[in-house]
Amino acid sequence: MRTPSLMAAVLLFCFTAVAAAQTTVVSTQLRPIEEAEKMRNVLLKGAADPVNFIPEDSNTYQTRMQAELAAAKGRVHVTIALEGELAPLDAMGGLTDVSDVIRQLSASRDFSAGSLELAKMGGKAFRFVPFLTNTYIMAANKKALNYLPRGADLDRLTWEQVIEWSKNLKQATGAAKFGLPAGPKGLLHRFFQGYVYPDYTGGLVRTFKTGDAEKMWADLRELWQYTNPRSTAYNFMEEPLKTGEVWVAFDHTARLLPALTEKPGDFVAFPAPAGPKGRYYMPVLVGLAIPKNTPDRSAAVRLIDHLTKPKIQALALQEVGFFPAVKADVGKLPQGTRIAAEGVLKTFGAKDGKAAKLPVGLGARNGEFNKVFIDTFQRIIIRNENIRTVLNEQARVLSEVIKAANAPCWAPDESSGTQPCPVL
Amino acid sequence: MFVYRAAYCSHRIAGAKIIKINRNPEVVAYCLIAPSVVFLCVLFVWPLIETALMAFHQPGRGWTAMHLQKMLSDMNFTVSLKNTLLLVAAVVPVQMAIALGMASLLERAPRGRSAFLYLWTISLGISDLAAGLAWLAILGDRGYFNTLLNMAGIVDQPVNWLSYQHPLALFIAIFIAEVWRATAIVLVIVVAGWQLIPREYGEAAEVFGAKPWQKFTRVTLPLLKPTIQSALILRTVLAFEVFAVVYALAGRDFPVLVGEAYNWQGAYQNTHVASAYALFILLISVAATFVYLKALKVRRETLS
Repeated sequence: MRTPSLMAAVLLFCFTAVAAAQTTVVSTQLRPIEEAEKMRNVLLKGAADPVNFIPEDSNTYQTRMQAELAAAKGRVHVTIALEGELAPLDAMGGLTDVSDVIRQLSASRDFSAGSLELAKMGGKAFRFVPFLTNTYIMAANKKALNYLPRGADLDRLTWEQVIEWSKNLKQATGAAKFGLPAGPKGLLHRFFQGYVYPDYTGGLVRTFKTGDAEKMWADLRELWQYTNPRSTAYNFMEEPLKTGEVWVAFDHTARLLPALTEKPGDFVAFPAPAGPKGRYYMPVLVGLAIPKNTPDRSAAVRLIDHLTKPKIQALALQEVGFFPAVKADVGKLPQGTRIAAEGVLKTFGAKDGKAAKLPVGLGARNGEFNKVFIDTFQRIIIRNENIRTVLNEQARVLSEVIKAANAPCWAPDESSGTQPCPVL
Repeated sequence: MFVYRAAYCSHRIAGAKIIKINRNPEVVAYCLIAPSVVFLCVLFVWPLIETALMAFHQPGRGWTAMHLQKMLSDMNFTVSLKNTLLLVAAVVPVQMAIALGMASLLERAPRGRSAFLYLWTISLGISDLAAGLAWLAILGDRGYFNTLLNMAGIVDQPVNWLSYQHPLALFIAIFIAEVWRATAIVLVIVVAGWQLIPREYGEAAEVFGAKPWQKFTRVTLPLLKPTIQSALILRTVLAFEVFAVVYALAGRDFPVLVGEAYNWQGAYQNTHVASAYALFILLISVAATFVYLKALKVRRETLS
């Protein structure tokens, strides 16, 4: 009796020893099962230590990380999240200074200057190591191109032309073929924060209820007539694009990519349209951060070193459609990825292109900030309420959120110094 | 074994020394339920109190009603309350009726009774979300239902039943999914209660010439009252917590209370407002239970 239990204890000990040697990564990115598998089997292959990659829904991520950070013994070595998702953790003092890691890694690779600037999160020291970048683009089924308005250039579209295009599509096919990711897990709030609001008003918070904003909502209401009503259920636009329910869509590049790679012959990708105030786009930066109670900092640094190697970064573009944060030779890409890359490069390189930053300084109020835009959309577009009334009411909510977070303005809004960003 | 446990228990209570073997059944009972009481206090009562406090507390600002205000003034609050109440009012009575019907069929089944019972309770083993997704596959725009309508020539292209544009269809879809998913639990309770009714009562009624319907309404139903009461309480409280099925089928288009609590906790990152929602759901559940206890008052003698 005694021998088996002794053996079991030894086995259990060995197992825990192996488990302890694993590097644990909690990530809000690369979460869809295909991407997570690519991360585990391709990108993490050849890492110095075995890695336990845990994708976490961005909703539960904050709750989990707060609990992890409050625990006496930390279990997460490295965390991967968007700049905006790392901000609340940094605000509560959860992230360690990684300036030494960046210095050490910069000897063997070139981080892009723009992403390094963002990695400081407005302070002096680096709070995370840039991992991958991305942005939002448009994708269209080639069948839709026949209905483009006369004289429209796909790479230089305006919102006015997109409305006309969607109208043409509806008239020709009898179905609404434009689509937006307005589902519960969709990224519709970014459509407002980085695209239509800046495009029409030149700002976001300051200009929330201006006359320009009113015009924007009126235009969106028109566009909505030609938008597939199932949009309120779409989380990833690749799905309706693949089935043909939608022919023209806006979304995060990674959320369009599966359609482009599966049917590369069917789709084109191009920059989001421009409005009266310009062609804004939202660069997305994914960072690698080390929690303050990481169980083993040197293991964390070894993993960060691996994931920021130019070779792995090039693989990331090929496999999961995120763009390198360091200079990397991307080599020969599969056709679908090439189409997406073209869309992104055209966005980054557009002559009239201007960057709208991801919301900064909102800390734990990020979620409520996004809610303002989703609620405004729900009320004006879905419940058909009066635009002016809704804007005035939601402006009050927005102002409260900004004040509670004490967040100064960020681009494209004009600076407010250290004061909370005003809603004009 | 029982005596041994009692002895052990009194030994623990008295301290280090075994004083005497206590055979007092009350002490035995308390000792036996003590672990579960401790368990409930630590894992249920304590978090509950924490939640209640969180709904009225803001770090740095002390006690406040601002979270409650935020909940009440939220654009989805009234809608989600209305939707939840409507759903409870529609689903629970129908489930009760179906469960009673199924239970009476089972009672008469000459053979294969347990096979039927197993078959009918399969849905109990399926998670809420899986049930929602199964119905999404049926009612979605590329689902079986649309295919069927298309084959029958009723529609020429898929209809988006599950969108905000068809609120009634959306409601019916959720209603059907909920009835399908959660009737089994009511059935199990009713069947268990039915088996406790002595057959002699029914036979006596038949001797006096009662028709089947009369036998059901005059004999079975009154004797089932305590069972119906527990089934109603359990099912109503669970119906107030409806979430995953709605989430799968309607997303944001059909707000319900628990869904809003989930959104405030997850997406909007405000635990305080989420706690206020949780507390509100608890409150209406308690109120509903109270109403059932009052309305379906069970006399003590019918319990024995």
